[in-house]
Amino acid sequence: MLEIRNLHATVAGKDILKGLDLTVRAGEVHAIMGPNGSGKSTLAHVLAGREGYAVTQGTVRFEGKNLLELPPEARACEGLFLGFQYPVEIPGVSNLTLLKAALNAQRKHRGAPEIDATDFLVWVRECARVMGIDPKMLSRGVNEGFSGGEKKRNEILQMLVLQPRLAILDETDSGLDIDALKVVAEGINRLRAPQRAFVLVTHYQRLLDYVQPDFVHVLAGGRIVKSGGPELARELEEKGYGWLEAA
Amino acid sequence: MATQPEDLRELMRRREYRAGFVTAIESETVPPGLSEDVIRLISANKREPQWLLDFRLKAYRRWLTMEEPKWAHVHYPPIDFQAISYFSRPKSLAQRPKSLDEVDPKLLETYQKLGIPLKEQEMLAGVASPVAVDVVFDSVSVATTFKQKLAEAGVIFCPISEAVQEYPELVKKYLGSVVPFGDNFYAALNSAVFTDGSFVYVPKGVRCPMELSTYFRINERNTGQFERTLIIAEDGAYVSYLEGCTAPQRDENQLHAAVVELVALDDAQIKYSTVQNWYPGDEQGRGGIYNFVTKRGDCRGKRSRISWTQVETGSAITWKYPSCILRGDDSVGEFYSVAVTNNRQQADTGTKMIHVGKNTRSTIVSKGISAGYGQQSYRGLVRVLETAENARNHTRCDSLLIGDRCGAHTFPYTEVRNPTARLEHEATTSKIAEDQLYYCRARGISEEEAVSMIVNGFCKEVFKELPMEFAVEAGKLLAVSLEGAVG
Repeated sequence: MLEIRNLHATVAGKDILKGLDLTVRAGEVHAIMGPNGSGKSTLAHVLAGREGYAVTQGTVRFEGKNLLELPPEARACEGLFLGFQYPVEIPGVSNLTLLKAALNAQRKHRGAPEIDATDFLVWVRECARVMGIDPKMLSRGVNEGFSGGEKKRNEILQMLVLQPRLAILDETDSGLDIDALKVVAEGINRLRAPQRAFVLVTHYQRLLDYVQPDFVHVLAGGRIVKSGGPELARELEEKGYGWLEAA
Repeated sequence: MATQPEDLRELMRRREYRAGFVTAIESETVPPGLSEDVIRLISANKREPQWLLDFRLKAYRRWLTMEEPKWAHVHYPPIDFQAISYFSRPKSLAQRPKSLDEVDPKLLETYQKLGIPLKEQEMLAGVASPVAVDVVFDSVSVATTFKQKLAEAGVIFCPISEAVQEYPELVKKYLGSVVPFGDNFYAALNSAVFTDGSFVYVPKGVRCPMELSTYFRINERNTGQFERTLIIAEDGAYVSYLEGCTAPQRDENQLHAAVVELVALDDAQIKYSTVQNWYPGDEQGRGGIYNFVTKRGDCRGKRSRISWTQVETGSAITWKYPSCILRGDDSVGEFYSVAVTNNRQQADTGTKMIHVGKNTRSTIVSKGISAGYGQQSYRGLVRVLETAENARNHTRCDSLLIGDRCGAHTFPYTEVRNPTARLEHEATTSKIAEDQLYYCRARGISEEEAVSMIVNGFCKEVFKELPMEFAVEAGKLLAVSLEGAVG
C-alpha cells in the first residue's frame, strides 16, 4: 500500500529525514516511535504534502501512485488521512461544514454523487456516538475552543467519517487522559480492516497497550534504526531511546 | 506540488469583476464642471421647488469653504472636481417611463446581466418571496417595482426626485435633518448636486410587506454618482432595505459620494443592508470607484432600532462610517460589517455610535479581510453623552490578513461623559492561516474551496444579519472576490 524508499527531506533548509525506508501493506498497523526531533512528525507531514517540507531524494508510492507529485487534497482523495498532532481551529466553520465538504470532495474524486443530507447527518452522528462526542459539538466551529483531548477525539471522528485507506496518526495519544485514550483507541480499532492500514506516530508505548501494532519501528536521526514486533515498544518503554542512538 | 505562498497570492490577485461591462446607450450628460449654473440646471431639469434649489445652493456655498478630509488612512491623488460630470441620464429616460414596458430594453438587459431581472421579478411575484426594487442608472431612477402592492400597505417607495414632486412636505421635513447640508465635505457636495436615489416612507404601525432594494449602477464615463436616500419609519413601523452597487471596468477613477439618512421614530425598526461591489480597479490600482459616503441613522424615537449591515467588496477607495444617533431612550444601534480589500484597494471604514438617550445600546461587529497590497482601517467612535444613563456598547473588530503585503489598522475612539456607561472592546488580527488551508486540504478540500470556506466562516456573524437571499449572494460575492486558478 505504502512504499517509502530512501526518503530524504528538509525543513527550512535543515536535513531532517536522511534515507528512510518503510513498507506498509494493507491490513497492517505500524507504530513509529522515537525521541523528540527524530523526524517523526516530519515524516507524517511529508506524506500528507505540507508546504515547506521539501523532498530532496527518494520515492514514495501509495497504491502504486507517485504520492509526492500529488497536492495534499489529491492525496486525501486517494485515501490518505493525517490525524494532526496539533489540530487547527477554524472559527465560524462548523465541524459539519468541514466534514461535508471533505466527504463530498472525496466522493467527487471517486465519481460518486454528493451524499444525501440526511444520510450524511445520520452517518456523522453515528461516528460521533462512537467517539463520545456530543452532537451539539458538531455545529460548533472546527476545534474552536475545544480542549486538547476534544481536538484529538475530533481527529478520530473525522477519520471515522472519511474512512481512509491509510491513516497516519501523529501523536494522537499525547495529552489524553486514560479515558480519552481508550475512546481514541476504540475509534482506531473499529476501523481496523484487511483493506486498511495505520501508521501510528507516537512517543510513548501507552497507546500501544490498546491498539496492538503488527510492527514497531524506531526512528532516530532521520532513519529507521530498528524494527520489530510489539515487544520492541515495551523494550523502549523500559530502556528509553538512548541505547539505540548510541548504537 | 506543495502550495507556496505565491500561489495563494496569485489566487487572491486574480479576482474577476463580473459586473465590469459597459452598456452602449445614448446618454445626455452635462459637461464636466461644477458651478451654481450646473446646480440650477440639475434642479430645473428635475423641476424642483425653490426650497430645494436653495438647499442645494446653500450646500454648494458651504462646500466651497470646506477642505477635503485628510485624516483617513487612504492615499490618492487630488480629485479634480471640475473634471467630473454631475448629471447623466440615458436619453430614453428623459421622460420617466410609466411602466416597465416603456423602459429601454437595453437597460432591462443590463440589469438582467447583473442578475436583477426586473421583468421576471414582477411576473414571479407570489411564487418566490418578492423584493421591491428601485434601480438607479447613473443619475436617474429607471424603474421601481411593486409600487402598487406597497401603496396598498401605505408604504411609499419611489425615486427621491419623484418624492420631491409627490410628497414635498415629507421630503422637506426630513431631508438634511440627519446629515445637515454642511456636515462634511462630501455630504455638502452631495447636498449640492444629488441627482437620484430612493425614498421610503413607512407609516405608523406598518410592517413593510416585503424587502425593499435599490440597485445603483454607474455606466457613463467621467460621471460621478451622487445619490441621496431617505428612509423614514413612523411609530412602530418596520422596514428592511438593501442596496447593491456595480460599475463598469474603466481605467480612470470615478467618484461616488452618496448620503443616506434614516429616521426611526418610537418603536420603529430600520434594517439597512448594503452589498457594495463597485469596480475596485485593476491589480495595479488603475481605475475603480472612490466611494466617499455619509450614512447616518437617527433613532429619534423611544425603543427605536437601526441596524447597518454592509458587505463591502468593491471600490478603489472606501471612506464610509454608517452611524447611529441613539437619541430616543432605550434605542438600539447596530453595525455589522465585512470589508474586503484586495490588490491596491484601500478602505477606511467603521461607524459612530452616539449615545444620547437613557439605556441606549449599541453593537459593532467589524470583519476586515485584506489581501494583495490591500490596506484597511477600522475607525469607530463610541460617544456617550452626559444624558445617556446606562449606555452599553460592545465592539468586536476582527481582521484577517492574506499574504504579507497587506495591512490592517484599528482606530477605536471612545468619549464617555457618563460614569454609568459600560463599553467593551475586543479586537483580533489573524493571518489566514496557511495551516488552516493545509488542514482543509489534508481532508480532500481544494485550496479555492478552503479559502472560501474559511473566509465565509470568518464573516458568519455579519452574514447572518443579511436578509436570507442576500446572505447567499454575499457569500458568493466573497468567493468571487477571492477566486482564481489554483496553481
